[in-house]
Parts: sequence; structure tokens; C-alpha cells
Amino acid sequence: MYSASDLRKGLRIEIDGVPYIITEFNFVKPGKGASIYNCKLKNLINGSTLNKSYRSNDKFDEPRIEDRKMRYSYNDGTNYVFIDDNYEQLEITPGVLGNSRFFLNEDMPVDVLIFNGQAIGVDLPTFVEKAIIETEPGARGNTATNVLKPATIEGGYEIHVPLFINQGDIVKIDTRTGEYSDRARVARNA
Amino acid sequence: MSANYQCEGAPSAADLSRFRPMLEFRSRLLAATRDFFCRRGYLEVSTPLVVPTPALEQHIDAQPVGGAYLRTSPELHMKRLLAAGCDKIFQIGPCFRRGEFGSVHNPEFCMLEWYRTGADYRDVLAETRSLLLALAESVLGRSWFDCRGQRVDLAGDWQQLTVTSAFACAGWDPVVCFDAERFERDLLQRVEPRLPRDRAVALMDYPVQLAALAACREGPPPVAERWELYLAGLELANAFTELTDPVEQRRRFETCARERRADGRPVYPLDLEFLAALERGLPRCAGVALGLDRLLMLLAGALDLDAVLPFRAAGSSW
Repeated sequence: MYSASDLRKGLRIEIDGVPYIITEFNFVKPGKGASIYNCKLKNLINGSTLNKSYRSNDKFDEPRIEDRKMRYSYNDGTNYVFIDDNYEQLEITPGVLGNSRFFLNEDMPVDVLIFNGQAIGVDLPTFVEKAIIETEPGARGNTATNVLKPATIEGGYEIHVPLFINQGDIVKIDTRTGEYSDRARVARNA
Repeated sequence: MSANYQCEGAPSAADLSRFRPMLEFRSRLLAATRDFFCRRGYLEVSTPLVVPTPALEQHIDAQPVGGAYLRTSPELHMKRLLAAGCDKIFQIGPCFRRGEFGSVHNPEFCMLEWYRTGADYRDVLAETRSLLLALAESVLGRSWFDCRGQRVDLAGDWQQLTVTSAFACAGWDPVVCFDAERFERDLLQRVEPRLPRDRAVALMDYPVQLAALAACREGPPPVAERWELYLAGLELANAFTELTDPVEQRRRFETCARERRADGRPVYPLDLEFLAALERGLPRCAGVALGLDRLLMLLAGALDLDAVLPFRAAGSSW
């Protein structure tokens, strides 16, 4: 059981039997008044979001989510196959993975979230490396990081990258935002 | 999307080294604050951090520590010094409030608190204006700052807005007919968003139910001589003409204890030493409590406390 003062970004709570994660959190306490905890919550089953305000006396159930340590193995043409240390496999559909599926690399360690015996998503490492498969040619010498252009990574996911990034470069992506973070390596034949 | 929103861990040495300019800025701000008060004949005091009887307030919770509590404010001890003949005192030091953690709250924060005898809440509002002007001039070399998308000129008009007039937009007057829940809701949703952000605003003359340790002025309608200062929409300081009546003070503590018990919150023992000091006689006085970390944020143009505190609490209870 959580109380309102436990609420923070990243905490999972259960509302009416549904697991949610707090994606934005804001504490307010006007004057010498009561504490108010404003939360933006994401439904971990269907991805929908809602805003809620809570008070000090509110209590929350902790969703019984198992974080199962697994590694990404391969895509069988439709589903994504994960494997644990005992070689037990688990298939997860693209619908459940959402955008996370674009950030998987072979052998990547992930936490598979299991709720009521069902996989409901995966927790990825915060940063993942991905190759750029398509982007406009880079402006050599342009090291500005505030001007961005579209680029596509393996799997077809589009991000925005600085002008100096070229096709074939490996970039770091922040999986919390799904956005470009850094250049990891320059393309070998650039 | 990934469900990984884990909080960042402890700051690395590289993170900390980035705070160097902010630490220097803070150090200059503290030095300028001490200079301001010392020039005006104030005595800097230190009062205990660990206290057996934190002040009873309905919505402020103290952190227990070894059979006592960490102070939520230095108010009661400072008033005992006033009653003992210290007529102008100030203190800079940490205060601790359990469960207060957010972008502009940290459960441990730095409070500047000062008291002066023979003054009321209007006198200390004028003094607060002088203080903030002097601090801005000292650390920034100018009277204005940009913060939260807003330029605030401290040398401009300071707007004094009564609670009655501020709540006109909500269609009722909390001073005449008080409703705690409605007050909080409307303050947050209607009043605060409409406060001017380009100048300092003092919201003043509170309902007597929200007086805490403030003196009340006879009506009709009676009001608490209290103000809250907002800069760029951020609540920065709270001030009272202090309540000096021991009977009324005891009654308020007891009412507050009952309310806290009903809310299922811990009830702290009455501070009998403080009440005894009021009985011996606390002269007419006024005081201000100002959040120095928030002032630092404002003057530095920072959006939240993360930018000014190198060591942030990990959550609402350390």
C-alpha cells in the first residue's frame, strides 16, 4: 500500500484493478494549505493517459507486476521473442511493445513486465544504440546540435538528429523519450 | 513506449562540478542577506534544529528524529528570544517538512526568517521590498530578473491585493464566509493563475481561519494580518503581524491539535515554554519567513529546485 507522499515519477500504482505508471508528477501546497499531488498516469495495459489529483489521505495499491529479467532474442516475423537464463522463451506482440519494439537490439537485457500472467510491456535500458538507415547527407563540419533533420532507424522508426549525423552512423537514443541523445559511432565507410 | 522512468541516482562528481557557479551565486546571496540585516541592526541567531514540540499547523508535518522532531520552522524559538528582549533578529538555516517534495519543494530547505518588535505586517512588507532590491542589486547588479518566462522588476510597483479582491474572480469572499476546501481549490485554480507575474504581488488579509500564528484585526469582517508574497507566480514568503495573546494562541494550538487528530495526522505536544513566554509578554511584532532556495531559483532564472540544489532529496521522506 502506498500513501500520497510516496507518489513520484516512475512509481506504479493500481486503480480499479488496472496498473498505471506515473509519467509526470507535480506537488503543490498553496499557502499553508493541504498538499495536492497532481499526477499524469499512463495505463500500462492500453497506454492511455489520464490526469489525477490526490490528497494526503489517499492510499494506493501497488500493482502486482513481476519484472522478469530476459534478453531480446529475435523477431519471428510477427512477434518478438524474449529468452531468460533458463532458456525459457516468451513471445510478445508488437501491439503490447508499442514503440519499445523499435529500440530492441539482439541480446539486449530488458525487464518484461508481467501482470496477471500476461506480458504488458518491457522496461528497456535508458539508452540504446541504433544505426541510422536513412537521412539526408550530413553537413560536414556542421557541429550545431540545435538544428535537427529527420532520420530513420532500423525498423522504420523516425527520430530527429543534428545535421552532422550521416547514414550508417550509430546514435544513442533515450528510450524514455524516444529521442536522439548522442552520436555513438561514425559510419565505418564515411 | 518504454515504461522506464526511473529516477536518476546520486549526483556524480561531474554533475557536482557543474554546480560550482550556482554554489558561488548562492554564497554571494547569503553574504548579501547577512550584510543587509547586520546593517539594519539585526542580530543573527541560531535556534535548535531538533525540537520536542514543533509548531502545530494543520498541514505541516514534522520529521520524527530520536524521540523528538526536526524543526519545521524556527518561529517559536525566535519569538521566545523576542519576548526575552531581542528586538530585531534574523536566522538563516534549514527547516524540514515531511512529505513535501516536488519541483519547488524539498523536504529539507533553507529558510530566512526575521522578526522585529514595534512593527506590523505592512512594515515588514516594506522591509521585504528593500531586502529583495538590495539582494538583486548585490548579486545581479540590477533590480530585475527573468524567470519562468517573465521579467520581474523589483523596483517597480509591488501590488498589494487583499484576499477579498483576489477572490472576486471566483465569485465569493472567503473572509466573510469561509470554506477551507473551496478556498484551496479556488486559490489554486482561479486566483493564483490570475495573479500578475510581472511584479511582486502580496496577497494579504487572510480569513481568520487561516491565521496560523498571525494577529487578527477587528472587523467587520475581521481578517488575519498575514501576507504571502508571490514573484513570477511563485510563492516566496509568508508574514504575519504576530499573535501575542497567550490565551488565543493556546486556543489555536488546541483547535489545530483536534483537527490533526481528526485527520489522522500526528499531534505534537504543546510548546509550554513558548506559551509561558507569551504570558510573560511578547511585544507587538511582525515577522517574515522566506524560502531562500526559491529566491535563489528566481534570481538565477532557474525553473525548479533541481537547478539550484546539488543534493536533492530522493523523494518525500529522504
